Amino acid sequence: MLSDTERQEIEREIVHYPRARAAVAEALMVVQRHRGWVSDEAVRDVAALLEMTPDEVEGIATFYSMVFRQPVGRHIIHLCDSVSCWIMGQETLLEHLQRKLGIGFGETTADRRFTLIPAGCLGACDLAPVMRVDDDLYGHLTPAKLDEILERYP
Amino acid sequence: MTAQASLERLVAGAQPVVRDSTDKTQLLVGIATCALAGGADKMLAALEDAIEKAGLQDKVEVCKVGCVGRCSLEPLLEIRQPGKPPRMYVKVTPEMAEVIVRRDLTGGEPIPDWLIDKGERTEVAGPGHEADLVNKFTRDWDHLDFFRRQFRVALRNVGRIDPESLDDYLSVGGYRALAKVLDEMSPTDVIACVKSSGLRGRGGAGFPTGLKWEFTYKAQGDEKFMICNADEGDPGAFMDRSTLEGDPHTVLEAMAIAGYAVGATQGYIYVRAEYPLAVKRLEIALEAARQAGLLGSNILGSGFSFDIELRLGAGAFVCGEETALMASIEGKRGMPRPRPPFPAQRGLWGKPTCINNVETLASIPPIILQGAEWYASIGTETSKGTKVFALAGNVENTGLIEVPMGVTLREIIFDIGGGIPDGKGFKAAQTGGPSGGCLPAQYLDTPIDYESLREAGAIMGSGGLIVMDDTNCMVDIAKFFLTFTQDESCGKCTPCREGTKRMLEVMERITSGHGEERDYERLARLGKACQRAALCGLGQTAPNPVLSTIRHFRDEYDAHILEQRCPAHKCKELVRYQIITEACVGCGLCRRNCPVHCISGEPRKPHLIDQDICIRCGQCYEVCRFNAVERA
Repeated sequence: MLSDTERQEIEREIVHYPRARAAVAEALMVVQRHRGWVSDEAVRDVAALLEMTPDEVEGIATFYSMVFRQPVGRHIIHLCDSVSCWIMGQETLLEHLQRKLGIGFGETTADRRFTLIPAGCLGACDLAPVMRVDDDLYGHLTPAKLDEILERYP
Repeated sequence: MTAQASLERLVAGAQPVVRDSTDKTQLLVGIATCALAGGADKMLAALEDAIEKAGLQDKVEVCKVGCVGRCSLEPLLEIRQPGKPPRMYVKVTPEMAEVIVRRDLTGGEPIPDWLIDKGERTEVAGPGHEADLVNKFTRDWDHLDFFRRQFRVALRNVGRIDPESLDDYLSVGGYRALAKVLDEMSPTDVIACVKSSGLRGRGGAGFPTGLKWEFTYKAQGDEKFMICNADEGDPGAFMDRSTLEGDPHTVLEAMAIAGYAVGATQGYIYVRAEYPLAVKRLEIALEAARQAGLLGSNILGSGFSFDIELRLGAGAFVCGEETALMASIEGKRGMPRPRPPFPAQRGLWGKPTCINNVETLASIPPIILQGAEWYASIGTETSKGTKVFALAGNVENTGLIEVPMGVTLREIIFDIGGGIPDGKGFKAAQTGGPSGGCLPAQYLDTPIDYESLREAGAIMGSGGLIVMDDTNCMVDIAKFFLTFTQDESCGKCTPCREGTKRMLEVMERITSGHGEERDYERLARLGKACQRAALCGLGQTAPNPVLSTIRHFRDEYDAHILEQRCPAHKCKELVRYQIITEACVGCGLCRRNCPVHCISGEPRKPHLIDQDICIRCGQCYEVCRFNAVERA
């Protein structure tokens, strides 16, 4: 069941468009903001609200990489995986993160602290290599800097 | 009352944050994403604190501006005082901010070592530039190569105004182009002006903007839409982010102009959710513009109505393709569809739609105000005007620049970009992201325009320019690009879905030492099929990085395929590190730096690398002071 707040927030998105289904991606993000991820049940609820089939909503949910269809950690690490970061040493960072956290791309640590996700390009190539932890962007990364930054996210 | 008169009233009441007409000292601090990642917010707090402690609040104003383009020197602090040349402090830490307030602002003694030009300029620039709409940096900074060689049209206000203040935008001629259009020009006049300016789409394809407007104008429909494509996804490109963060009103003004010209009353800005700061500033700008009557119904009393909605992307590269973008706005999977019909005929919800990129739109107001002839006088025969490039990779001055079309790669990379760091050599410049190509040194002196880049096997693209030094392996780079496009392929059409996959498999074989001579032919055939048969631009251009590197760096492919050797030592399966027993003194530095603990050895005795565990990261090779680690 969508909460009243979720329902209201989604309805506020719908009014921007001539058709309700145009707000489907926003609706999924609303649910995700409140719950951290989008469950099967949430997909069905959003579908009912927007007069779509659950399959259609599922198609949208799986199309966009920012919609999480499984539970994620408390903090999301988006490590930029684009060419400008890669030639500036992103691979070393990835190896370091994988060893340090014991997870690869798309995985969550056992203590549910971090989820590691590749980002196509964070659009901050001037600071390469970069990552975003939750809403904070960090540039000119080194393994040592990485260690220090992750400490700030309990 | 005319729209222009209504605007004049707004301008008269405006109280801009950044202004020349003040006897106060103005401190300009960049607060774009690049600056914030560099710690600008902490510096800003320390700065404001120090100003208060020094009791300078009444004499000094702190202004928050966008990025001036020198991103690698952020955080920047520019001091502007009446009668003195401006001073730009670079890489300012909170501690430095405190010292600057004490020594420079209070003591009147600038600190040359911390200045971008080391205090080279001591005189105030002469008059004559103040009224300039474009090139605002030239007045004060034309003694620095980085600024002197630029020509700023689209980026004209970025870094010069407070992006969250409508009054700032009004004070630099903002919305004057819109008012002029509403008062003096018919839609066909506007279209004629943009057509004769020669402006071409800056998103990548280079389609003439005026023609696109004309097609939408002529299309039959009870309702039309105007879309700004701000789904900047090309790896290496960040000019749209910087424009939206530093001068959001420009895009709103240009969209209203375009809406007037094509007959649309509703606009959408499709912007990446990865750009939270740009989204926030757009929201602020939209609200301010609506409040001031510059958007919404009856704009400036002219009778013309136009409003804009923001639409956030959710992480799909292909949505930058225009038909995919529209599908995404409609609430469908963001997949492309065949064209024709083009969006101008059947676009959003089947209605005629005009889609322009951020940089294209940002060039529109100056074209309207200074005239099509002025704009067409900049650039080359076929590529008019200016282009913004995002400099990244192995280049000294990473950042954002805008230059006239027709400058050479050498000017961009060496004169403006400051060359290759660490004394390394230039190997290639990659333009156009995953749709583009890699150009070797022999193209450094080719004038850049749409045609010359295409002939060279690259494309203009959206303006990402990634510089690669001679330690990069071009085969590895091509494989990396293909990994990206294969990953981002939406899967709708077979040539792209399967073609990129098969090409990637071949590239993986080559970089692991299992390439065959026949692979050249395989790659060429697959590449051609993908280019010809894929549904959208993503697939049609996906083979470019591979094909252009085969064309320009054939010897590197030969080394991988024929000799199972990676000349740049980047392809891990072709590299092997070992310790030269005779040279090793047993200092243990490599052992301590090895991330996988695969190096063993007693102190002061030769060490050994366990090849089964080694991940070939090269750390040992980098740290050894005795040249005892051999790379083969």
